[in-house]
Parts: sequence; structure tokens; C-alpha cells
Amino acid sequence: MSERVLEVDDLQTVFYTRAGLVKAVDGVSFSLARGETLAIVGESGCGKSVTALSLMRLVADPPGRIVGGSVRLAGRDLVKLDEATMRKIRGNRIAMIFQEPMTSLNPVMTIGRQISEALILHQDMSRNAALERTIRMLDVVGIPEPEQRTKEFPHQLSGGMRQRAMIAMALACNPEVLIADEPTSALDVTIQAQILEVIAKLRREFGTAVILITHDLGIVAETAERVIVMYAGRKVEEGSVERVFADPQHPYTRGLINSIPRLGLIRNRAEESSRRLQEIPGMVPALSNLPPGCTFAPRCTLASEICRREVPPFEQKIPGVFAACWHAGRVAVVANG
Amino acid sequence: MANHDHALELEKAGANISGRLSSLAFLARRYPLGAIGGVIMVVFLLTALCAGLTGLDPFTTDARSSLARPGGEHLLGADFMGRDVLARIVFGARISLAVAVGATVLGCFFGVVIGLTSGFFGGWFDLLVQRLIDIMQSLPLLVMALVMAASLGPSLQNTIIAIAIPLVPSVARVIRSNALSLREMPYVEAARAVGMSEMRIAVTHVLPNTLAPLIVLGTAQLGSAILVESALSFLGLGVPEPHPSWGRMLSESAAEYVRSAPWLVIFPGVAISAVVFGTNLLGDAIRDVLDPRQRQ
Repeated sequence: MSERVLEVDDLQTVFYTRAGLVKAVDGVSFSLARGETLAIVGESGCGKSVTALSLMRLVADPPGRIVGGSVRLAGRDLVKLDEATMRKIRGNRIAMIFQEPMTSLNPVMTIGRQISEALILHQDMSRNAALERTIRMLDVVGIPEPEQRTKEFPHQLSGGMRQRAMIAMALACNPEVLIADEPTSALDVTIQAQILEVIAKLRREFGTAVILITHDLGIVAETAERVIVMYAGRKVEEGSVERVFADPQHPYTRGLINSIPRLGLIRNRAEESSRRLQEIPGMVPALSNLPPGCTFAPRCTLASEICRREVPPFEQKIPGVFAACWHAGRVAVVANG
Repeated sequence: MANHDHALELEKAGANISGRLSSLAFLARRYPLGAIGGVIMVVFLLTALCAGLTGLDPFTTDARSSLARPGGEHLLGADFMGRDVLARIVFGARISLAVAVGATVLGCFFGVVIGLTSGFFGGWFDLLVQRLIDIMQSLPLLVMALVMAASLGPSLQNTIIAIAIPLVPSVARVIRSNALSLREMPYVEAARAVGMSEMRIAVTHVLPNTLAPLIVLGTAQLGSAILVESALSFLGLGVPEPHPSWGRMLSESAAEYVRSAPWLVIFPGVAISAVVFGTNLLGDAIRDVLDPRQRQ
């Protein structure tokens, strides 16, 4: 593999709440190569977004705090940096786009000025030079008439255009890492594909490594090379997208894949019932009160005595796929049988 | 299906508007009361700014025309010392304008600084300031201004300060509550993700978003500042002689001449009422225009 731009090791982020200690991110590790796309998937509340915010050091303290681990960007540990140094890195070398394109842009500021801000802040550009680069970036992300758009306000742009503008803003300083937190969840399906294409194009063009956070496995299959499945703040499975999708080693991943609706004609009643969507029973447990063993055990059909007692180790199950499950070998058998 | 006259409906909805002037005309048609307020304010502004060009003299006393009736040489009559009432009202507009604008701008400036710091940064500063504001707001604007004016002494400058200080809490409150909700906005988080400092976010992202309520509040305060100035001058605590102040014109004449020379009371009274009325109408219209939720 080529050079690693980001190495996350045993990251631990907790929240101190009235309900008690919430381990939102519990020992997550991964690394990211230049130009690679890594997807992080999981249900709501599994710690995907907090992981993203932790990488940016944007977890509000209080109540949240990064209590352990390291986030190395080109060898430098971001967790140990002071706030002023971190500000110089944010938006400059590691950038983030958010879920809500409708509200992530300031309504009273022109698009041009908002994108220029980052450039003026980090690259010491003059207003004119920044505006010129802004126009070029808007062109790159596929916004027509970029020069005209810089003078417009967010409400004059559609949701898809705003998300493009957000991407232009995030990539204006040419960061090594782009974190996209559910970048297409609030958009129409047709627009989703366009936005993902823009991200993919920029990755090829600038060699930006992308961390794509999503709950949509379809998007993962289309855009990412590697995938991490998170459950209750922990990594439960990791591997190349093809391998994980073809032969998931964790029952939770299997459940996620089974709950994707598939299009197709239903010919008769018997087939209809057999093709009903399979959901995962139960809900993500409260992070403040996790079961002692495997956190997925209460919802797992394979769960046995050991699952409820001991946390399964995260290890390689088949070549290229790592998972934390005591019964990895039985996942495929049970699901298919 | 009935016929729809699209062109007419579009015209009513305000389509095909180009240029500032025609959009102003459109707004005037939609908010007729606001337009009336706007006209009153324009007349008031022009009067104040062009007072020197009218050739009127508010200072010269003339024993012969003491308490002259309206009409003839003195269009709106003359006061006890023979000074022309029209001239004094015209020049009084200057004082009212200076006090209203001066106090409002000063009050809004400090109100914004305090409100923004308090709402966006929070912490102990917020707690302390809010309790101080609670105390200040428990007293009416006029009473606060009275205390301030009495302790500062009468002068134009002190009147402005005396009226500005009590304005600060109400502005700070509005800005604070706005900043409190604005700081949770995703674009503030996005600005953080771009690497902006908190200070910079407060000034470039939060402050511009509080301008709409600030303008509405400012216009409303303009009227009450004029009213308080008149009240202070009426009580002898405001702008001192010989400057013509509408409030002082009332107080000089009210007790003694209200029966024998009612024009001395009526005309300054009308001037005060008209201008305050105008600011309120204009303020309401601006609020409606700026707040999309109130739009129909």
C-alpha cells in the first residue's frame, strides 16, 4: 500500500452525561492511504459521527472528551495538539462536510465569500486571489456559471448545489483527508449519485483520502474501497468492500446487508413472504449501559454463553476481513441455511 | 375552470420587479402603513438636516410678538419671549434626531457587544451580565434615564448617554437570545471545521445573522428615545436652553399658557407624536419585511 496519510490508533471518546459515562468511540483503530476511500457504516448512534468529530477534534468539551488513543495525520498526533495549532490544520489539511447542506452555509453570506474565508484564513491569500480560486473550485465541483454563483446567497442554490459548494469549501485548501459525514442523506437519489461522483472525481484529481460516513450500504458498495462496520462505539468488522459484502464475518454486518431492499418483480405470495425485508431485531443498546460481553449479543441469533460473558477479539477471520465475533464461522452458514 | 390572469397575479405577487426604486414602490403598496411611517421619517430627517437653510430663527426674542397667535408673521404663533414656534419646532427636530440616533446607535453598539459575548461564549460572563440586565430591566426606561440624566447633569451629550444606557439591556437580551440559537447552527460548526477561531465565527457568522432583529429593535428604540428625550427635557433634565427641544417647549408653556395660548402646547405635541408614530409604523413594516414568517 502507498503512504499512509492518517493513522488512528485505539481512539476513545467519551461523554460525561447524567446517565453516566458514555463510551461513544471505544478503541477504534484504522489507517487511511493517500487517495483511498474508507467507509464507516452502522446504525444511528453507533459512534460514526463522533468518530468523525473526534478526528477533527470538534467534540464539544464538556460533555465530550477524547480520553485515549492517537490520530496521526502525516505522523503528527492531532490529539496532543493545542487548540490554536489544531485550528491551522482544520479545513487546511483535514476537512469535513456535513449532512445538512441546507443549513451548513451561512444564509446571509455570499457563496463566494464563505468559500474564500477558508483560503484567506489558511493560505494567506488576498481577497481577489481567494475569489479566483473559489471560482475555480466551484467549476471543479460542477457548479455552472461559477463566477455568477459566488455573488449569490445560499437560498438561491438548490440542495445539491449547496452540497457541491460545501465540497468546494472543504477542498479549497487541498486537504489530505476529507471526512464526509452522511454527505448525501438529505438529498434526492439522483442528486446523491452526482455528489458521490464529484467526491470520487476530486479524490482522483487531488489524491485526497476520503472517510465516508454513511448508513447506506449501496453508497458504500459504489464508492468505497474499504469498509469499517461500527456497532455501539466499537469496530465490529473491517475489510475490503467486495470481501465484506460477499462474505460478512459478523452477524451485525450480515443483518445490515440483509436489510437492504432489492428491486424486482414479486411473482407470488410465497415469494413475497420469503422476500420480505429482514430487519435486525431490537435496538442499539444505550451506550451508557452496555452489556459486559459482545455488545451485539442481545440482538444476535447466534449469541451463546461466551458472547454474553467475554468481548470477542478483533481478528482476521478470512483473508482480508477482520471481525469481532465468537461465531464468525457460523455467520454465513446460519444466514444462508 | 376559471380563467387565471397570470400576468395580473404575478404583478400583485411582485414579479418583474427590477431596480431599487420599483421594488421600493412595490413594498410601499404592500405595506401602506409602513410607507406612511417612512414618509413621516423622511420629512423629519429633511427638516432636521435642512433646518439651517430655511432662514428661520429659533433664538431671537421679540417682546412685541410675545404670545402672538398663529398666522401672519408667525405661522405657528410665538412663545412668551416672542420666539417663532415653527422655527423652534424645525430646529428642535435636530435635537430630537441627534438624541434619537445618537442614543440608539450607542445603545445598540454596547448592547450588541454584550449580547453577543454573553450569548455566543456564555459561561460566567453570561451569568453575571444577565443578572445585571435583570436588575436594569426591572426599572422602566424613563426612570432609568431620569436617574442617569439627574446624575450626569443636563447637556446634549449627557442626554444621549442617559438614554443610551437603559437601551443597552433590551438590545443585549435580543442579541443574546439570537446568538444562543445561532451558535447551534450547522454553519457555525462548519466554520469551526474550516478552522475559524471562535472570535472570528462570532463576528463573521453570528453577528450578521442578528442584524435583522437588531434593525427592527433599533427602529422601535428610535421612537422611545425621542419620547424619553422629550420627557427628560419636559422635566428640565434634558437638553438645556437655549437649544429648542420639543419636550422643553412643552414644559415651558404647559402650565401657564395651555389655556391662553394653546398653540404653544399643541404644535410641539403634534411634532413629537407624529415622529414617534412614524418610527413605530416604519419599525413594524421593517419587521414584516425582514421576517419571512410574517409574510403572506
